[in-house]
Amino acid sequence: MSVGFALLGLLENGPAHGYDLKRNYDERFGAGRAPLHYGQVYSTLARLLKHGLVEVESEPGDGPDRKRYAITDAGITDVADWLARPEKPEPYLQSTLFTKIILALMTGRDANDLLDTQRHEHLRLMRELTRRKTDGDLADALICDHALFHLEADLRWLELTAARLDQLAEGITR
Amino acid sequence: MTDALLTAHDLRLRFGETTALDGASLRVRAGEVLALMGPSGSGKSTLLHCLAGILTPESGQVTFDGDDLAALTDAARSALRRTKFGFVFQFGQLVPELTCLENVALPLRLCGVSRREARVAAAGWLERLEVDDVAGKRPGQVSGGQGQRVAVARALVTRPTVIFADEPTGALDSLNGERVMKLFTAAARQTGAAVVLVTHEARVAAYSDREAVVRDGRVREQEFAA
Repeated sequence: MSVGFALLGLLENGPAHGYDLKRNYDERFGAGRAPLHYGQVYSTLARLLKHGLVEVESEPGDGPDRKRYAITDAGITDVADWLARPEKPEPYLQSTLFTKIILALMTGRDANDLLDTQRHEHLRLMRELTRRKTDGDLADALICDHALFHLEADLRWLELTAARLDQLAEGITR
Repeated sequence: MTDALLTAHDLRLRFGETTALDGASLRVRAGEVLALMGPSGSGKSTLLHCLAGILTPESGQVTFDGDDLAALTDAARSALRRTKFGFVFQFGQLVPELTCLENVALPLRLCGVSRREARVAAAGWLERLEVDDVAGKRPGQVSGGQGQRVAVARALVTRPTVIFADEPTGALDSLNGERVMKLFTAAARQTGAAVVLVTHEARVAAYSDREAVVRDGRVREQEFAA
């Protein structure tokens, strides 16, 4: 999952120091994962700065933590594009999807759109596998079924999440 | 989307205090298999019943082949349902006193087809759905999967233009459900019938050409192309 997009998304709610961003990221998306290293936070921010996706509002004093980062218009466009783009179905996809859903809710975007786009991407692949299965032999059917059951599990999680969006939105403080 | 065969425009319908449809619009193309998905209570079955002319919306319009269903007489609407539309439900659609063959022949008999001709056509459909071996049995004597394939044969026997299927595999295990869907969609595609399929199961929806998602009585704006 791209840390860069997640940091950008967090910045949509207002400028922040690297330290606050790291803490915010770990709180929201860090469950079950190692905390983000400061080094990764600052190298990611430097990359975003270089590409014009964030800008720096300097404060008096020294050190990286004196810099406040703010998202630019180009950065907002990048976040929007990322959220609207479906993820390639793969194992453990839920962590990326979870991040996208939380960011969509936090930034006032329609999380249902995101889920619909992802459902469509999953169904596209499921149709392909179903065709392969229908035209193939028993071995094809068994191989395709394994993938189909996993994709179905993703989709069931997606539907459950869609049903809980209102509840989730309430719990997110902007 | 062009060449829509069946359309719903801004349908609204309430059951008491409950809003079932809240401005639902949809277009179904000739020959396509469309999956209507969405959570329980989202309005997908109500939308299907409105499209099929079983329920009449309080406002909005359903058209089939350019005709407004509400403008048709009751007799014309019944005739449409008998000849142009086919139905497959989750269960309980076969007449228990008739054999499976007689059940499949029944829609043709109601259209005035001779007994002999209807039985020959019914036998052909039972064979295509791989249930010719239960032709002489009553619905209570066959398995759930066989019963659903008989129901599909009955829906297809009049060669309808649209088949409405509401959770057709809802009461079956995955293996039987898959078999029903495989034979059902293959047969529908061969005859050129469009299928409007209500399902909450992704593996069933994977037999469709595209999906439309119903939520809170509306069809989500993204009606994804195949």
